[in-house]
Amino acid sequence: MDDKAILNGIACNADSQLPLPSWERAGKRGNHEHHPCGLPLSLTLPTHKGGGNEDGDPSIVVAKQNNALQVYALDDAAARLGLEIGQPLANARAICPHIKVFDADPAADLRTLNDIADWCDRFTPLVALDAPHGLFLDITGCAHLFGGETMLMQTICAALTRQGFIVSAGIAGTSICARTIRNHAHGSIVVSGEEAEAVRRLPLFALGADDAIIRGLRRAGLKTIGDVASRERHEITARFGARFTTLLEQALGQGDAPISPRKPLPDYIVEKRFPEPVSTEDVISAALSALAKMLVAAMDRLGKGARSLEASFFRTDGVVSAISVDTGLPVTKAAIIDRLFRERLDALRDPLDPGFGFDLIRLSASRTEIVVQQQRDLDTHVHDNDELAALIDRIAARIGGRRVVVHLPQDTHIPERAVLAASAQHHLNAATQAAWPKRVASEPPLRPLRLFEKPEPIKVPFATVPDGPPHHFTWRRATHVVVRVEGPERVAMEWWKQDGAALTRDYFRVEDEAGLRFWIYRDGLYGSELRDEKSEPVPANWFVHGLFA
Amino acid sequence: MILSPNRSHFGGSCDTARTNMLASLRSRLERLETPGETHVLNRVPLGHAAADAALRGGLATGAMHEVFAQGRQSGAATGLVVGFAGRLSPRRPLVWVRQDFCEIESGALSMSGLSELGFDPRLMVSVRAFNVDTALRSTADALACDAVGTVVLEVWGEARQFDLVASRKLTLAAQASGVSCLVLRVAAEPQPSTAETRWIVQAARSPPARSLGPEMSWCAWGAPVFDAQLVRNRHGPVGQWIMEWKCDERLFSEPAPYPQPVAAAPVHRSHQAATRALQRRVG
Repeated sequence: MDDKAILNGIACNADSQLPLPSWERAGKRGNHEHHPCGLPLSLTLPTHKGGGNEDGDPSIVVAKQNNALQVYALDDAAARLGLEIGQPLANARAICPHIKVFDADPAADLRTLNDIADWCDRFTPLVALDAPHGLFLDITGCAHLFGGETMLMQTICAALTRQGFIVSAGIAGTSICARTIRNHAHGSIVVSGEEAEAVRRLPLFALGADDAIIRGLRRAGLKTIGDVASRERHEITARFGARFTTLLEQALGQGDAPISPRKPLPDYIVEKRFPEPVSTEDVISAALSALAKMLVAAMDRLGKGARSLEASFFRTDGVVSAISVDTGLPVTKAAIIDRLFRERLDALRDPLDPGFGFDLIRLSASRTEIVVQQQRDLDTHVHDNDELAALIDRIAARIGGRRVVVHLPQDTHIPERAVLAASAQHHLNAATQAAWPKRVASEPPLRPLRLFEKPEPIKVPFATVPDGPPHHFTWRRATHVVVRVEGPERVAMEWWKQDGAALTRDYFRVEDEAGLRFWIYRDGLYGSELRDEKSEPVPANWFVHGLFA
Repeated sequence: MILSPNRSHFGGSCDTARTNMLASLRSRLERLETPGETHVLNRVPLGHAAADAALRGGLATGAMHEVFAQGRQSGAATGLVVGFAGRLSPRRPLVWVRQDFCEIESGALSMSGLSELGFDPRLMVSVRAFNVDTALRSTADALACDAVGTVVLEVWGEARQFDLVASRKLTLAAQASGVSCLVLRVAAEPQPSTAETRWIVQAARSPPARSLGPEMSWCAWGAPVFDAQLVRNRHGPVGQWIMEWKCDERLFSEPAPYPQPVAAAPVHRSHQAATRALQRRVG
């Protein structure tokens, strides 16, 4: 590949369904896959848009670098005019006054790269981004499924080229080596152990190091990677820093830079590929059921159950949608997995759009646990908790795990914080064993049955005595005349946790003439807390915090 | 079934199969034709003698009961529902399904308030649905699970989705599993439904202090007292009573006798009759 960025067209070309950023620079970064035991592969995925340039005007993308607009990417026509990446926009305009200029959009580029990475998930679960334009795919143990490394590389490159991207790829044993050979030429495969041999002849730029370092090395007369490698390491380190030496060694295959995959590796993966894309709901759900059975069979061999499942649907046009389901207890039955996914699919606001059909459906268990096998008891109520957990899973699959909650007591006197609502899937056992404060026998309820999350302000014209309860108050535009009062119950704020801004509250239980019972409070103490800067008393704020039955 | 003319080889087994199928079809038809009537309802006494008499022994489990209240009476309505749930299934989990909007309008259900009423908060699972459709669906799911004791569906305001079909679904689910369903409708007007009973509730005034004597007057008020009107009862008369919830005994009871005006309720007329009569007069 040439190091020149090629760019063209706008928008997306007709056959591409991937949301493409408006401009991409071609031929820049590498993408690669590697293998500890041997065959590494590096794919470079520079992308570029085909098609869009109807009138043949040269186009460039500019970005602000070093406080000036510089050429960030350019298309073939612009390259033929002699424009280069890194040139100031003013120079480019001087060379070609009718040039079309677009702004770079790194966020859109990254989205596209992520979409491509999603698509690449069909080849290997370990896909890492190599920003801004590359991807690493760890194809260890995967290549034979696609007819070997060469075939795999061809498949990926052909598919991406069809989508309008310019691709270059390489395979090597380590990530940096793969990227280095990809930077130099498309399609090379380096057998493990021959990395040093393969990169020795390559020019320095293929390393992808800083321009200043490359210039420095050139000035010293070192033109190829082999030239640099033949020098003593400490000389290079002293002049160009340890990072460059590390990069060099990794390129030579003497060390490996681990890639960081986008998603953790699932414990189990089962998948089904379709020779003809499927799009009908029946086929999709039947495929999912079959996959669930396969997954359960695989987990069953090690006595495991799934806590977290993900189904991915790969569309023929490259769009991938993933749906995940969590469970409270490890699931060991295919029927339950099937049902959870059906609930989830039913509840999707944006239904699964098959487009032209899915050609791959994958089910993975991202978190599994050992299942303790228990003998069923004849008493029907012994397993109620399991059934309740299964019910919670089903509801949570449809409306989301955070919407199904159990309640845990908290050690605080502040009423609105006394209860923590926790996800029922994860805290069901904790909630059933929680210790709640006992009620005081033969007392009427001391706490309201309904509590407002945010206390609602009420209008209190006056209180009989400054510290006393109100005579009447207005809440939600209705006036309530207080007939009976009990209180105050004083709740001081937690001064050891806060900065002292919160005021002490005096709570009253009041009943109005219709029999409605409220829990109201006055914010602040008269005399001490309710004073302005000149220590004049200020009127208190009153709130209704809850309703009694 | 094989409809071959020559069935002599396996006629015997075919006959047995046919008899079995006929029997199962007959029983299915019977169930379809007499919905709910053959279903024996277990009843749990509320503790309030007059109400229990009207209810023929108490509130039925495995059925749907509706509680209506005005917007500002949400506290009282919640109290009555918690009381019913406490009577219907004191030791089984309670699933409380509510719309998000309920929390804003009438406040979130407070666990300390629940335990003050004698209900164990450990049995509580809350489901916060974003709309009525989701709430209905989650309720139907929960009703199908017989590990649950009671399911409460709380919907604020009028809900078009909660029609006869929806309530029929809930009733059937409750019958099949034996789980009781309580529907709490605040700020809504009663609509036709398949509920076993329907209540309209508002808070009742606490007994006046002087009626209890000087030593009791300071603690006489504050206990949940409901003015509960039974406006629909599929298997008995309707009525209206003042009911007090005893938090310690976890029972409803008659309040201490004291004068409080209570409107006389038509004993053997459902509330729909009254509404229709009103509509006739208006129309």
